[in-house]
This record gives sequence, structure tokens and C-alpha cells, in this order.
Amino acid sequence: MPKDHGIGASPKRREDVRFLTGTGNYTDDINVYGQTYVYFLRSDMAHGNIKNIDTAAAAAMSGVVRIFTGADFEGVGGIPCGWQITDVHGEPMQEPAHPVLAIGKVRHVGDPIAAVVAESLEEARNAAEAIEVDIEELPAVVDMKAALEDGATKVHDDLANNLCYEWGFVEDNRAAVDEAIKNAAHVTTLELRNNRLVANPMEPRVALGQYNRADDHSTLHTTSQNPHVIRLLMGAFVLGIPEHKLTVIAPDVGGGFGTKIFHYAEEAFCTFAAKACNRPVKWTSSRSEAFISDAHGRDHVTKIELALDADNNFTALRCDTYANMGAYLSTFASSVPTWLHGTLLAANYKTPLVYTNVKAVFTNTVPVDAYRGAGRPEATFQVERVVDKAARELGVDPIALRRQNFITEFPYATPVAVEYDTGDYNATMDKLEVIADIAGFKARRAESEKKGMLRGFGVNCYIEACGIAPSNLVGQLGARAGLYDAATVRVNATGSISVMVGAHSHGQGHETAFPQVVAEMIGIDESQIDIVHGDTSKVPFGMGTYGSRSLAVCGSAMVRATEKIINKAKKIAAHLLEAADSDIELKDGQFSVAGTDKSVAWGDVTLAAYVPHNYPLEDIEPGLEETAFYDPANFTYPSGAYCCEVELDPETGKVTVERFSAADDFGNIVNPMIVSGQVHGGIGQGIGQALLENAAYDENGQLLSASYMDYAMPRADDVPFYAVDHSACTPCTHNPLGVKGCGEAGAIGSPPAVINAVIDAMQSGGHNVTHIDMPASPSRVWEAMKG
Amino acid sequence: MYSFEVERPTSVADAAAALGKDEAQALGGGQTLIPTLKQRLASPSVLVSLAGIADIKGVSVDGGTVTIGGGTTHGVVAAEAGAYPALAALAGNIGDPAVRNRGTIGGSLANNDPSACYPSAALASGATIVTNSREIAADDYFQGLFETALEEGEIVISVKFPIPEAASYQKFEQPASRFALVGVYVAKFADGVRVAVTGASEGGVYRWSEAEAALSGNFSADALDGLTVSGDDMISDLHGSGDYRAHLVKVMTKRAVAAAS
Amino acid sequence: MTEVTMVVNGKSVTKSVKGNTLMTEFLRDELRLTGTHVGCDTSQCGACVIHVNGEAVKGCTMFAAEASGAEVKTIESMENPDGSLGVIQQAFQDHHGLQCGFCTPGMVMSASALLKDNPKPSEAEIRDYLEGNICRCTGYHNIVKAIMAASGQDVSNIAAE
Repeated sequence: MPKDHGIGASPKRREDVRFLTGTGNYTDDINVYGQTYVYFLRSDMAHGNIKNIDTAAAAAMSGVVRIFTGADFEGVGGIPCGWQITDVHGEPMQEPAHPVLAIGKVRHVGDPIAAVVAESLEEARNAAEAIEVDIEELPAVVDMKAALEDGATKVHDDLANNLCYEWGFVEDNRAAVDEAIKNAAHVTTLELRNNRLVANPMEPRVALGQYNRADDHSTLHTTSQNPHVIRLLMGAFVLGIPEHKLTVIAPDVGGGFGTKIFHYAEEAFCTFAAKACNRPVKWTSSRSEAFISDAHGRDHVTKIELALDADNNFTALRCDTYANMGAYLSTFASSVPTWLHGTLLAANYKTPLVYTNVKAVFTNTVPVDAYRGAGRPEATFQVERVVDKAARELGVDPIALRRQNFITEFPYATPVAVEYDTGDYNATMDKLEVIADIAGFKARRAESEKKGMLRGFGVNCYIEACGIAPSNLVGQLGARAGLYDAATVRVNATGSISVMVGAHSHGQGHETAFPQVVAEMIGIDESQIDIVHGDTSKVPFGMGTYGSRSLAVCGSAMVRATEKIINKAKKIAAHLLEAADSDIELKDGQFSVAGTDKSVAWGDVTLAAYVPHNYPLEDIEPGLEETAFYDPANFTYPSGAYCCEVELDPETGKVTVERFSAADDFGNIVNPMIVSGQVHGGIGQGIGQALLENAAYDENGQLLSASYMDYAMPRADDVPFYAVDHSACTPCTHNPLGVKGCGEAGAIGSPPAVINAVIDAMQSGGHNVTHIDMPASPSRVWEAMKG
Repeated sequence: MYSFEVERPTSVADAAAALGKDEAQALGGGQTLIPTLKQRLASPSVLVSLAGIADIKGVSVDGGTVTIGGGTTHGVVAAEAGAYPALAALAGNIGDPAVRNRGTIGGSLANNDPSACYPSAALASGATIVTNSREIAADDYFQGLFETALEEGEIVISVKFPIPEAASYQKFEQPASRFALVGVYVAKFADGVRVAVTGASEGGVYRWSEAEAALSGNFSADALDGLTVSGDDMISDLHGSGDYRAHLVKVMTKRAVAAAS
Repeated sequence: MTEVTMVVNGKSVTKSVKGNTLMTEFLRDELRLTGTHVGCDTSQCGACVIHVNGEAVKGCTMFAAEASGAEVKTIESMENPDGSLGVIQQAFQDHHGLQCGFCTPGMVMSASALLKDNPKPSEAEIRDYLEGNICRCTGYHNIVKAIMAASGQDVSNIAAE
């Protein structure tokens, strides 16, 4: 029987009611007295020198409050990067300035040149059109390899070249890996591009800055996954506002997927301008604006080589990647192709030698940063594609080749510096073979072929490092912040509980799932517990939601704080029951003295804490509120096996996903319904990456897919129902809940399965195609089959 | 958007008068025009909404002709033009349901987007576009990308479609916009076959005369086997090369012939 | 400016609007009905779907002036008179058919329009009908399932979680 409450149950989500009745509170739903509107005049040119900006005529136009340009930000800090990478020579990465508004140069289409604050958005836009901008166009740097050639136009004139860094990992293994490849019985090589994507949460970004002169306090409402991170970065690095004078609030947020982690210029601008104008300043991104101002994702160009011995054991892996940084370094951009990518290249396999070399490159494109999975999808895609290609070259079953090379002993120290605590890759593959009905594929293929269609089958495995991350470790690796999280459990006098958490929920259902944990620990009803999140003035300093970390890190903090609560409550109960602390047991919300029938209810204990008439005041303080910070001991390592079946129309090249199955090991699970939903969503995005989505630039740095007219978002009829299973469970060994994280798995695990299936379909039709780049659009598939 | 007024006349005469004003522009369902206005790619002073004119709405059948009012939405055509099933099916697959509840045939034909569906139906059916001042044969009406024979202030009152013996529209959708990457409309009449292609050509909707000749002699997909389509004048973009579109023209034409009923 | 009068969620409202005021702006800014969302500017995402005279339309692609005289329904009117969730809303909650909630109002309004015309739609019909409603969170699985459930169909054979 499935549980009906507590950990492991699937209660309906409490946040749904407000979203289903139109009473959510998203940032754009908030309007305040005296509010002004900002319109950003953005560069329509990819690269150019700003010769002159004349705002005089525009400033005189109706409704204009003030016009800002880069000159207004000369003395203000720039948008910081949160992770410093040390290059192969031991030198720090090249780190360009990133002004709030462009100073001297524009570096991508969408780079903000000026900002008009006006009484209405229409007036702001009218005035922005009247600003006279004289820009001398420069050649656009778009292609990464060309950007690194001698004499290439520089995106940043004050840097030596367009190379942010060259990173090698593990550099000490480099020669050994090359040697192993040279001596291998078989080497499979693959060159590929991991396509650039736009995250596209359905809610575009919004920022509302306010300033109160009475107490010199700034407040920013923003569409963020991590309000404390925004307060830290914007307060300390950009605007110089101390924490106690700055509140950042992320209310209901309509999806994030990584792109709402980062601190953006528009947030700093609205906060700055609210003070400068002494008026609230609001910015609401249009979707078109989002395409040229939200950080993009992926965009790696990679060559990967897999060496095998005569028995088909993997002996070495080498990967050479060019990673596009775009025009500036976004908040976590530098960490994505390095530590979030290189450390995952052992994947699920015993490959003893791994080396990756990454060249991070500046181009005249929108900055690139983390998007659902962040580095791990790129690692997974290339490994699982090259393994599949090797199986085809060697004529062996792709599942058997994977099983043969699986890591089976845990803990397992990989050659790329991480230690997997637990996992059982055969178990998830076993589950997959059942739920995907792999045995029935042949019959389904025959049915497709009767209709004149090709049918393909593709499988892959994945591993990810989640629960980001141990602070001392990431500090050594260059992170400029800690990556703990925090929770405060505030028990009220009558026993109800408010839990203030550093994690932010923007679709993940924390408001429902987190109370399940606390309710289970105390033995009270979940309805007694509410989660508070998203407001730096209310919640402790937590680092927010990304990297599938909320439950593993913030949830652990919540457990620790709840443990403190229980310990204190037991002392109070012991006093009330005239027993020793050590004899008190807590079960189903009842404190009892072991071996007796003496007991006191949770509510009586909490009341005593706040009405301490009969209370051990000499030993403990009144009240019942505890905070815990939790810094993880290791990453968590969710893993799984995914499978996709496609039908391919050989006449048009159109690929249709007919079946998709996912078997995951997420460790322990608090709310299976929510976990499945996370996997579904990730698979949808993964199918989108594999078949549909493509942020493409032309040679002039113009984004060709700059709206939903050209950027193909997955729609309901692009995907099937998914079969998901997460019953294979090897709990995480180093956090109190044994949880691993599930938010990114679907997006990490699905693209290679889709492409492997597309290749299988094409080959089944007699087309000797060994690789196709994503998205495998109809035209690309047709071109590939044409040869 | 720039600033403008919206007028809602209830008669064709009033609409025509309103369109006589400086920088006045007709507003059909707005499903293409409003996104254009949001981008500030047009700056009318007045938008003359045609939605309030009852006279230009509705579907009627008279003998072998279906007449559709210019202000009729795609949704209504899908539901009520059953006398011409291929046309109803085409209308029922334009955009999405919410778009079909606003977008109109008159608006689509006046705009003549090179990837729109309706122009191919009008051209392949040999339809007549009736305006407030004249009747224009489809063969004379479409004049290239976003260009038509309509004069300033001219309003599409109705479109008269002769009902063919058999017809089918086959659309291969552009994956993002869901507009036609290539759409082919085949209509078989007693005196011959007409084939119109949308989405593909840099010149907008056109008739594929070689296919018409081949199919007029032998109305079967095999009749097209010997034909080749050149990619030279085809649109080439992120979603497919000219050669790909040329290939699809033939594939979709064959499918349309096979499906025609 | 034009004066418009319309019935919104059962209540008659009269307001003076500019010609270029979209229904989404009218609802959100003038009437403070912020359940109708704006997720794109090319009429594709469907977060703004409302009903005008009983038909689903995209509120971001219609001027308020065009709706004068019309009866308009938004997500704010979809619950039962006693305040409990309507059948479609309840099915979305029961089957986890929403995550971040941003596309949800449009999804519910589209689903409502679909079920009015087609009380027992197939999976394929639902997916086809939702062509103009983009969701980035759910991968559509639970949305389709919720709509099937709302129409009284047995969804127990669709992966439960």
C-alpha cells in the first residue's frame, strides 16, 4: 500500500489551488504606487564601438522620468562571475568587465545600450526610439574555432584574446590517456555539437525595484531561483548596498530551469534606478526580449574518443570541447563546461583513464550559462553517443556493451575526482528493459515498416552529480560562494509550524513536499506545517534552487533544524512528565516516557515553550525555533537508464517519438508524484533539445531563432506519454534523508536516447549514417539520409 | 505598439469610408497583424475592425460553389464548409483552436503570407475573391510575398470556391511556427487538375503547372514520378534548404493526390 | 480613448481604453484579474487564453475595444460557486497537471473549451487541441492525463505517477 501521508506519500499539491484559480502572485502581478516602467534600448548589432549616444530629444518626450546610459554606471560595479577557473597553466581565467549598461562597446544583439524610465511602458518605448545612437559596426565573432585564430577580432579589447580559459582535467592523466588511445584495440571517435538552447521558462523575467528614503532601504522583487544569491551578488559586487539595506523577494516564479539563477543587469538596473529616481521602477521582459537577454544554455563543440581493448572493455576516454561563453561571463558560466562537465565523464563506466580539455570562448552572442543539467547533459550526450557508436562499429549489443563496462562496486572513486557513494546501474537497466518492453520492439518495428515508416530504438545511461555542493571542495575549485543551505523551523505556540527555507520553489512543489518530511519526523499532520520561501527578509541565508539540490541540501538543513526542535521539545516534555530527557520518546505527535503510559501531546509541549509557567527556565530558553545550516559532505549521484523509440518518415525526415521510458535511481523519495512530474518535464525538454530546439546565429551574430516562430518549443503533440520508474533505489549515504535529487535527470538522460534511436531508424532503412547533430529536425534527417 | 484608435463599423460602406482615412488599416482577426503591431513594424493611425460586419460572415453553398464571407473565422469554416471537405479540413488545421476562433479568411488572403494555408486553397480551387468594388480571379490575385491585387481600402467581402470533384491539402509544418514549411493543395475538376504550393517559394503561393498537366492526364500519385522540382527559387532558411522544400513539394503533392476524395 | 462595456466573469464593466489596449492588459491592469498571463508576443504560448462569447481566444491577440459588448470569462471564474475547484481544475490538481503554474490558466481555459465541443476527447485529440498552449514544466504527460480524467475517462492505465 502506498503511504497516504509523510515521506513516500503523494498528497495533492497545496500550491495548485492558487495557480488553478488565477490567484498566484508572480512578480508581474505586483504593482506599486508611483510605479514607473523601464524600456531597455538594446543593440540590434552583434558587435560595435559606441561612438555617441544622444538622449536629449528623447529625454524631453512625454512621460519620460529619466534616461540612463552606461555613463551613469561608470562608478558602479559590474555583473560578477561567481566561479573562477584556473587554466592549464595555473593562471586565472580571463574575466572581462560586464557593465549594467554597455560602456564603449556593444557585444551581442540584445546588449542594453540605454534605459528609459517613464510613466508608462509605451512612453518609455517611444522615447527609446528617439535616442540617437551612433555605433561603428565591427566584425561579429560567432564561430568559436575562428574566434581563437591569431588576429581574430576581439570581443573584449582589453583581454589578450577570445579565450576565457583552456582547462585540462585531469591534466596529469593527459599523456596516459593519449597513450592508451594510441595502443587501443579499437577507438571510436565522434565529433558533435551540443546545440545552443534557450531555457524558456513560460514566465518571462520581471524586476521591480523600490527604494524607501526613510530608512535607506532597497527592495527588489524579481523572478529568481535564489533571492539570497541575488542579494549577495547585487549588493556586494554591483551596487554596494549592505545586506541589511537590501531585500530581495522572489514570489511565485513561473519556472526557472537555470536561467533564473543568474544575477542580471536588469535587476541591478531597477534597484539602482529606483533610488536614483526615487520612484519604483518595473521591467517586464517580453518573450522576444527574453531570447536576446536571458542566458542561453549548452553550445559545446566536441570531439570525443573512446578506446576499447580487444574484449570491449573501455580503457580510456578523451574529450576536447569548445564551450561558448557568449559575450560576457554570466554568473556560473565558467563552471558549467569544467567542473559540472569534466567530473561526469567517467559516467556509469569503469573507464580507468579520462581526460578532457575545454576551451571556453568569448563570442558576440548572448551569454551562455547553466540550463537544466548544466554540463552534465553535455557530458552524458557525448559519452552515450560515443558508446553507442562503438557498439555499432563493433557489432555488439549496445545494452550488453554498457552492462559489461558498468561500475558495480561502491563507493567508487572515478578517475575524474569524484566518488560515487551508491548506485546500481544494472538494476535501473533491468527495470528499463521491463517498462520499455524492449522484447516487443521487433514486432513494433515490423508494424511501422508495414506503414512505410522506419522505426528506431535507442538506449542510454546517465549519472549526474547533484546536491550542489560541499563548500570547501567547490571553494578549492574556484567557487566564490559557499553552497550550503539553511532552514529555520519556527514552531508556534499551538504547535503549528512555519519552516523558512533557503531553497526556492518555482514549480518543484516544495510547499507540499517539505512539510511531508517535518510531519513524518514529528508525527503531526502536514496541514500544520507551512513553508516560507523566496524573501531574504524572512528566510535564512540559503543558496537557492538549482542543481537538483533543494531536498538534498536544504531538505537536510530542514531535517537538522527539526532534529534540534525535537531535542528541545523532548527536554520540555521531560520536565512536564517529570522524567529524564533520555527516557522521552516521540511518536505520532505524542511524547511519552519509555515503558510507561505517561505522555504529553505535541501541542502541550509547544504551548509550554511559549507560556513557560511550568518550564525548566534554568536549563533551556523559552520558545521553540531552530535554524540549521547544512553543508553537504559530497555530491549526490542519481543515475538511470532511458530508452526511446522513434518512427521516422523516410520521405520527409520527420521523426516522431513513439515511446519513451525512464528508469531512475533517485535514492529515497519523499513525494513520488512530484518526482515523476520532474522526470516528465525533463524528458520533454530533452526531446525538445534532441528534435526541435536550436538557438542559431548567422555569421553576423543575428539570432535566427529569436521567437517561437523559429525556436521550436516542444508542444503536446510532439511527445508521447512517458513510462517512468524510480523503484530502483540505492539511498544516498551522506545526507539524512538518503535522497539524491531528481530535477535534472530527465533533461540529462533523454537526448542521447532520442538520437541513438534516430540513428538506429536511419540505419534500419539502409542509410549509413553514424551521427546527426541535434536537433534532428526533418530537414537535417533528410539531408543525412540523402548522404 | 504605437498609439492608434480602433473603429468598429457594422457595414461594409462604413468600413470602406473609415479605411479612407490617412494611415487607416483593416483589422480582420488580428492574429498576424497584432503580433506585427507589437513589434512596431506598422504604425496605423486607425485600425478598422471588420469583425462587426455581419454581412461578410458565414458560409453558404449554392450549387457547385461554396461562398465564404471574408470575415468568417477559420473555426467556422472548419465547422460549416462541409460541402467542400478539403477546404474545411484546411481551415481546421490553421494555427491552433484559439487562433482559429479569431483569424479570418479575408485577413489571411489580404495578408498573403508566403507560408499561410488559405492562399493555396484559393489558387488551386480557382476561387474568386469578391471585394467591395470587384471580383478578382485567384490567378490574378496573388502577386508575390505579402502582395495581392487589393487596392488601398479594398475589403474582401467573400471568397467563392468552386467545389472540385476531389481535393486535398497536405501541409508539412515548420516545426516552430507550425505554418506550412510546404503545403500543397490539389483540386481535381472535370476540366483538369489544379495544384497550388504554399510555404516553399520565394515568390509566394504558386501553381505547379507540370504537376497539373501530369495529373490532368492521370490523376494518381504515380503520374508525378517523372517530375523534378528545382530548389533554385525556393525559400532556404533555418528550417530547410531550397532543395528540401523542393523535395517536399513533390512528396506533399503525391500525398495530396492519394488523399484527394 | 474608447469606452468599452463588457461582461467579465458575470459582472458588467465599463472602462475607457486606448485603441492599442490588449485584452490581457485590460484584464490584468484595469480589472486586476492577473490570472491571465502573458508568456510570449507572437501568439503561440497560450498562457493568455480566455473565453470571449464562449470561445477560446488568445487575450494577447485581441484588443479590448474589439470585446466591447462581449461576454468574457477568465480563469478567475472557473471555480464552483461554493469556491471549490471546478472539475477541470480539480483534475489538474489530482493528476499533478501543473508545476510552476504560469501556463496553467491558459491550459484550463483551453481544456474547458475543448470539453465543451468534445466531451470525451482521445489522447491524440487533446494533444492536437493543445497546439497553442505551451508548457515548459510538465512534458504534457499529466496535463493530457488530467484532461482525460476531467472528461470522465479512466486514466488508471496511464503510468500512475
